[in-house]
Amino acid sequence: MSALAFTLKIKPVQRVDCSPLTPDLLAGKSAKDIAATLLQSGRQQLQADQVFDISGNDSSNIEFSNSNGKLDFIGAHMSCGSVTVHGDVGSYLGLQMKKGSLTVHGNADAYAACGMAGGLLHILGNAGDFIGGALPGDRKGMRGGTVIVTGNAGDRAGDQMRRGVLLIEGDAGEYCASRMIAGTIGVMGKVGKYVGFGMRHGTILLFKPTDFHTTIQDCGHHTLPYLNLMFKSFTPLPSKFAHLSQNRVQKFGGDLASDGKGEILIFA
Amino acid sequence: MIINGVHIDDTFAEAFNMRGTRVIITAQNHKWAHIAAATMTGFATSVIACGVEAGIEREMDASETPDGRPGVSILMFAMGSAVLMKQLETRMGQCILTCPTTAAFSGIDGDPETVTRINLGKNLRFFGDGFQTSKLFNGKRYWRVPVMDGEFLTEETTGMVRAVGGGNFLILATSQTQALAACEAAVEAMRQIPNVIMPFPGGVVRSGSKVGSKYKTLIASTNDAFCPTLKGITRTDLSPEIESVMEIVIDGLSDADIRKATRSGIAAACELGASGGIKRISAGNYGGKLGQFQFHLREIMS
Repeated sequence: MSALAFTLKIKPVQRVDCSPLTPDLLAGKSAKDIAATLLQSGRQQLQADQVFDISGNDSSNIEFSNSNGKLDFIGAHMSCGSVTVHGDVGSYLGLQMKKGSLTVHGNADAYAACGMAGGLLHILGNAGDFIGGALPGDRKGMRGGTVIVTGNAGDRAGDQMRRGVLLIEGDAGEYCASRMIAGTIGVMGKVGKYVGFGMRHGTILLFKPTDFHTTIQDCGHHTLPYLNLMFKSFTPLPSKFAHLSQNRVQKFGGDLASDGKGEILIFA
Repeated sequence: MIINGVHIDDTFAEAFNMRGTRVIITAQNHKWAHIAAATMTGFATSVIACGVEAGIEREMDASETPDGRPGVSILMFAMGSAVLMKQLETRMGQCILTCPTTAAFSGIDGDPETVTRINLGKNLRFFGDGFQTSKLFNGKRYWRVPVMDGEFLTEETTGMVRAVGGGNFLILATSQTQALAACEAAVEAMRQIPNVIMPFPGGVVRSGSKVGSKYKTLIASTNDAFCPTLKGITRTDLSPEIESVMEIVIDGLSDADIRKATRSGIAAACELGASGGIKRISAGNYGGKLGQFQFHLREIMS
């Protein structure tokens, strides 16, 4: 069995909803059925084989090649298997993903890992705004699983995040962890203004000094043993975060304008 | 059966079904991990009045513990799950939460069919008065409770399993000094065996009991048949040269563990031999009617 490969062969004029192309929904389907899968694109419905060259037969291991930023909803709702993308992807990558692994060798647009509940999402390029956030209208963002961004993330990373781990190796934009409910966000690069704006609980790990708005307050320097457990849980991850070891931090607490029980830990 | 001149009685120890749990205590260094563990397992010699029987199983290197700090693992046993849960919670609250730098972790994980999850820090978190936070790592929930020395970290639950309590043997010697020396050697050897504890002071008990008493209110009283000072005036079990008898009681996570510990303990005591004043090894039982397990000394030593 070889990976079920979708190679983009057209330049889509409209965005293409790729949510039907997941290991869950393609399991047990014949090549003919897969080719006939309908994908919404603007007002049209396109057959999968109009958009992609399709080869391979292992639906638990899906690959997208030659991909570009018009392909939305890749890996949405997936609960098993693996999806690998070579190229950029559009919005809502891994929307409400439950299990399995999703890897993108390229950049992702807005709302990646939106409402994600489990599994591993690895973006080797940059991510857009609202990564790990909530669907507009929902009150909770990502609620489980692990997201790794090797590049930078846009604004509002982890907005309303409820649980899980969001690790950004590059920079994060403004309002990182805004309205965060709980969970863990790590940013190795710089963060924009208003980090932790409206956060209620949860942990933000920062590695560069930054300015906070006034309702984030200094709680002093501490050695926190629980960080050892956190670092240990990171060790299997394909990320720079796997090599953390020092548990001496400066703790900032907030956002006092909200519940105020969140923490921003700065590794000196 | 005679080992190194020591007579092994053809008798058996009678043991009971219990519930057991393990907790891993870590701290800044072994000194404080031991202080915490000793406090938590203090006043826990016998279920008769302490609720639980508890003891230190072994010291753990920093590399073996969940948070990478020096630690100690303790075992705790009770006759029922309700008592065990209650005792674990109160002892955690008064002995571990209070002890500087400590953290507590589950010592038993595994198959949910044989391992029941019981509260470790689940309710202690409320000491945090709203400032407590939880973290989920690899599917396990931990609580962080702010305290005056920093932060108290505890896993939410630990595992409880069916266990065995009341394994024992008696060492009969020609003097008190020699009996104690043999007990010390036996306990030292038995501490190397995993999954068992010897809950009495230093692992040794000198006040073995029989069932019943001449006083109506007492359910147990001194085992006069093994009291050397009563040799002439009661129906004694002692030969004239015996001057002191001491007992070692063993609780373990399984009967195989107790068997192993009994064997190594008796072997260590017998090394002192008849020339060291050790004359006989016996065991305590209730005629085999009360306990679910029997540990026949000769079978274990053969």
